[in-house]
Order: sequence, then structure tokens, then C-alpha cells
Amino acid sequence: MGGLDAGPVVPEDQDFALWEKRVDALMVLTSAKGLFTVDGLRRCVEDMAPEDYENLGYYDRWVSSVNQNLIEAGSYSLEELARKMEQVARRGETYGDCTGS
Amino acid sequence: MPHDHEHNHIHDHSHGDQLSPSGHPYRKDQDAKLTYWQTMEIAMRELLIEKGVVTPQEITRTIEQMDRRSPADGAKVVARAWVDPGYRARLMADGTAAIAEMGFDPGALRLIAVENTDQIHNVVVCTLCSCYPRNLLGLPPDWYKQRAYRSRVVKTPRAVLREFGTELADNVQIRVHDSTADMRYLVVPARPKGTEKLDETDLAALITRDSMIGVTRLAPQK
Repeated sequence: MGGLDAGPVVPEDQDFALWEKRVDALMVLTSAKGLFTVDGLRRCVEDMAPEDYENLGYYDRWVSSVNQNLIEAGSYSLEELARKMEQVARRGETYGDCTGS
Repeated sequence: MPHDHEHNHIHDHSHGDQLSPSGHPYRKDQDAKLTYWQTMEIAMRELLIEKGVVTPQEITRTIEQMDRRSPADGAKVVARAWVDPGYRARLMADGTAAIAEMGFDPGALRLIAVENTDQIHNVVVCTLCSCYPRNLLGLPPDWYKQRAYRSRVVKTPRAVLREFGTELADNVQIRVHDSTADMRYLVVPARPKGTEKLDETDLAALITRDSMIGVTRLAPQK
């Protein structure tokens, strides 16, 4: 990315959404517990196809990468994840509805 | 400090078009249609809790710690370096040890302090993602993570700095530092003129987040 052409910098800020903070916290906690390293996080983000990288939001990329690292670490399996994601999606329409706690 | 988040985000709900206590609009994420990646976050979190890898309390505590960290922490370090030449020398020699000395947790990362002078201006970026001295400054601003800043500041730093309102004379050398997974940079801004009589606390109040990333310089005081 360094050195590519791009538009002007828009110096605006935001509040982070709760789900983004949770992704951040899960990254901090699982890496502190030795399940993966910052390098592992970056590897999975950098392995993305350029069009995925462009189209996903910042924390979308993170959740994708943390998940990949946790599966590789054996924290849970792809099947367990798929089953849980289906369960979560059935709970309702919005993040607030589906997040349970 | 405008981005000093003291309020509790954990009970953040959507409030329509109202502004949050820090003056930003509330985001719609909570009430918008659940996305694929949000579904994955919920699933991942619940699996990790069910398997005893993390507890809900740990998650809450981590988010609270994250919310408590702010550029005010970095400002205290810079103000100390301005008033205490011994501390300044230790900070420049070993940033990690120097911030630990002030009670800030450096984590596993190496912190490198770089100093702005009349001749040299330092600015920090992470071209690969968003590495940032988060233990000292809180989470990075949105623009730091965006493509425009990351791709252009290494190539045309003067133009990018101008977009932040920072005009540098032609004889000022610009050093752009690209952060890595385990090296984080803190810019020690030049102490502005007119601050000779201020004490450490008052100095710290002048030091902004953007000046410690290096996209701005601190204005002279009257």
C-alpha cells in the first residue's frame, strides 16, 4: 500500500462501535494468551485478495484474520464456527438482537 | 484534549442523530442489519467463552482499559521529556523503559521516540496496517488506518502534512517512520515558544495526539 496513489486524507474521527471494540479485545486477549502473534494477524490480512482488502472494513479484515488464526491454533473448528454463526443469525435482524449478552 | 473518551462505551446504544459525549455522531451499527463479519465476531466470542479461552469479564475489562487510554498518556511522557533533560535522554535511548518508568505499560512492543526540531520533522505511519503506540495514545484515529494516509505519506509527505494544515519550510528535513509489528514510534514534538514558564501539567495539556503522530506541530503560545 505504501507509495500507491490515493485521494486526500480526510482527517475525521469516529467512535468505535461496540462490535469493533469486541474484535479488538478478542485480538488483544487471544494473542496475549499465546494463540497467535501480531505477525499471524498481519499474515492473514496481507494474504487477502486485493479486491477483498479494498472492499472490507477495517474490523471486517481483523475479525477475518483473528478467526483464521484461532482455527489454525485449534481453538475451535470450522464446523463449530459455521454452526454457531447459523445459530447467531437466526436470533434476529440486527447486531443488538443477535449479540445475546 | 478533544478525543479524551471518559464515557463508557459498553452501554452504547444508537441515539439517532444525536452526538455522543465526545462530540461524534453515534454509529448505526447496533441497529442496522447484522453483517456477515459481525455474525462471525459474535460466534467467535461465544465459542471462546464456551471453551474457557476467555471470560466475558476479561473482554469487558480489556475494552475498559482501551477506553481509558488516551493521548493524554503520551502527552505526560512528552511534557516530562521537555522539563527533565535526564528523562529526555532516557526516553530517546530506550522509549520502552522510559514509559514503563512513568507507570505506562509498554506491552510486548518496542517504543521508539523520535524528536522534532527546527531542522527535522518526524511523522509516523503504518503502511501495512495500523500499528500505532496504542498503549500510550489509545486507538488510532480513523484517518491513520485509511488508504489515503498510508499510501501517500511515504511518497508525498509535504503534501499530506499540508492537508493537516502543517506547512514546513523547504529546509526542514522530513523523516517518515513506517511502524512494524513490534516497533512503534512516538513523535516528541518541539516545545513551542512562549511555554517557558509553564509547568509539566500545563505543558501536557498543550500536547495533542496529532502532534505525537507528527502530522501537526504545536503552535507558539502567547
